[in-house]
Amino acid sequence: MTETPLQTPQRPVERPAEPRDAAARSAFVTIIQPPPRWPRLEARELWRFRELMAVFVWRDLKVRYKQTVIGAGWALLQPVLPTVVYTLVFGKYANFPSDKLPYPIFAFASVLIWQYFSAALTVSSGSLVANVGLITKVYFPRLLLPLGAVTTPLVDLALGVVLLVFGMAWYDIWPSATVLFAPGFVAIALASALGAGLIFSALNVRYRDIPFVIPVFMQVMPFLSGVIYAVSDLPPKWQWLLAFNPLTTAVSGWRWAVLGGAQPVLGQAAIGIAMAILLLVAGFAFFKRAEPKFADTI
Amino acid sequence: MPTAIKAEGLSKQYRIGQYRPAYGTLRDSITNNVRKWRTGHLHDDPREIWALRDVSLEAREGEVIGIIGPNGAGKSTLLKILTKITWPTHGRAEIHGRVGSLLEVGTGFHPELTGRENIYLNGAILGMKRSEISRKLDTIIEFSGIEKFMDTPVKRYSSGMFVRLAFSVAAHFEPDIMVVDEVLAVGDADFQRRSLGRMESLGDSGRTVLFVSHNLHAVLQLCDRALLLQDGQVVREGNTHDVVAYYEEQTVGSGARVSWDDSDPDAPGNDLVRLRSVRVIDEDGAPAATIDVRRAVGIEVEFRVLRPGPAVVPKIKLLDQHGAICFNALDVDDRWNAPKAPGDYVATAWIPPNLLNEGRHSVDVNVVTLATPKLIPHASAYKIVAFHVYDPADGDSARGLFGGELRGVVRPLLEWTYDEQ
Repeated sequence: MTETPLQTPQRPVERPAEPRDAAARSAFVTIIQPPPRWPRLEARELWRFRELMAVFVWRDLKVRYKQTVIGAGWALLQPVLPTVVYTLVFGKYANFPSDKLPYPIFAFASVLIWQYFSAALTVSSGSLVANVGLITKVYFPRLLLPLGAVTTPLVDLALGVVLLVFGMAWYDIWPSATVLFAPGFVAIALASALGAGLIFSALNVRYRDIPFVIPVFMQVMPFLSGVIYAVSDLPPKWQWLLAFNPLTTAVSGWRWAVLGGAQPVLGQAAIGIAMAILLLVAGFAFFKRAEPKFADTI
Repeated sequence: MPTAIKAEGLSKQYRIGQYRPAYGTLRDSITNNVRKWRTGHLHDDPREIWALRDVSLEAREGEVIGIIGPNGAGKSTLLKILTKITWPTHGRAEIHGRVGSLLEVGTGFHPELTGRENIYLNGAILGMKRSEISRKLDTIIEFSGIEKFMDTPVKRYSSGMFVRLAFSVAAHFEPDIMVVDEVLAVGDADFQRRSLGRMESLGDSGRTVLFVSHNLHAVLQLCDRALLLQDGQVVREGNTHDVVAYYEEQTVGSGARVSWDDSDPDAPGNDLVRLRSVRVIDEDGAPAATIDVRRAVGIEVEFRVLRPGPAVVPKIKLLDQHGAICFNALDVDDRWNAPKAPGDYVATAWIPPNLLNEGRHSVDVNVVTLATPKLIPHASAYKIVAFHVYDPADGDSARGLFGGELRGVVRPLLEWTYDEQ
């Protein structure tokens, strides 16, 4: 093999600018004025920037497993490791209730959606501060950052589901028509993560306490949302209380839809869904209200 | 030409103060609020700073507008408002067309991604559509001159390669309105030259350019109009030369002309000679603060001889912006050999075209008596006038087609001879 010497980059010639399309210009008018008192979502603008959000997601996926030995294998290994531990500790030793399902598959399904929520919330909470360089230099709807952050871990979830299918085949569990509801429960997890993520990310711009709060929150949450046990086996009083945590509905509903676990009580599910929507609306409102100060305070 | 930018009464207020750090911890906020609740006011009321006050600006399509002013004048704040990075406190602006900013070349580059991947990332962040990037990808890569390293992570690039790639993406980004802030401050001379060239071609193609810079040469060279900001307000607006001249006069304290009344006790001079006025004039005899390097510039000295005495000669001394002496010059004509009768005299020293280097020059003026080896001064004024030499870089000056810096106290256009061997 012959070695090619490194070429000194040649100096490029000046490039004339392309002629401008004056007609396209007239379609584009931006009005700049003080922030409105009651911010709006500006969904149309978000739509216009959809490509940039896709690029953010693509960037985060690309960068994630760079310089790792097993690369995307981590996406598979991550839910497997806690499943093994939960199975040994809570399944075998403590004998936690698992909706009459084999505990390993019960735990694996729960861990998948839990880890999605956990990643979505953690990354979206830090999404503004992680992109300081962009926020102070270029304009784009800031919402793209947390939105992208809750989208990226969906890919890991999808990979995990492939593994889940193999696991279900192993235990000879076949999904029924309820599986059609599964995306709905992922949507509840997404809405909860996004709602909380919007609030945390906006707070994080001003208060750098947030990165310390999140891990504590994440340690407690599995116990409060039925990740390691079946909520249906709790006394009803507790079930109703936990229903106010939208993640409870997401996790137990997901298990019901995919594995055929206990069907969620309709009223409890309704509370969970309402809470998720409430959180999402509150998140948007809080975020949009704080947005005008981002570039100045970050 | 239709309007591209119309801004009216833009103002921006920032709050600063000891108890209001740029970002605080939750605890700070709680203690402050508790204090406020208990005492009714904060220990130290947040001071309010107006970074921008009632700034109006109108740019027609295809205009290249320079924004100059000292640090903290609000130049960057204005650009940040016009590019929607931050919100104004008051005012309104209407912008027709896509706005792109070059606040920093390479914004959003990710070190882990390869060169090619970063082209897509950076392009999207600047505001290019995916299809647009794909269409231009080959030319962007070619233009960067680092084709070989397109699949190498950017973190392994040398800083030169990084800037090359970043600039190449930026150079293919063609919004209707381009906002450039001090890009010229980064990168090597070659890079700066290309940035300037880029802005020029954007302007030529009918795009509107807003250019914030401390580099007054560049502003003189590129901009049709200029805006001087001071303390957040527009102090002067109009023809680039006038605005630059006004700014320099203010910052350095000397302008292109100065004169003294007959009774002015501050007029430089002694009992024999007094200065009456000093002016910088162009070839047409009009006062000028900015001089095209290809034109002659005159230093006109008017003085009064008060009584019969020894022979006197006018003399000037030219200094460049670093304070280095370019030259001393006396009028050596016979007319100054004999003593002058009392009265007013006007002498003009003509500095030939294509002699001085670019930049600001100041002039010391003397009226002296020759007493070899010494000069006996009668009337002396130091750095009494100043002017700015600029090069429109049309290719017919001593810089020819070279866009970089040519160092030296002077920059004469020499005649070269050569023999083909």
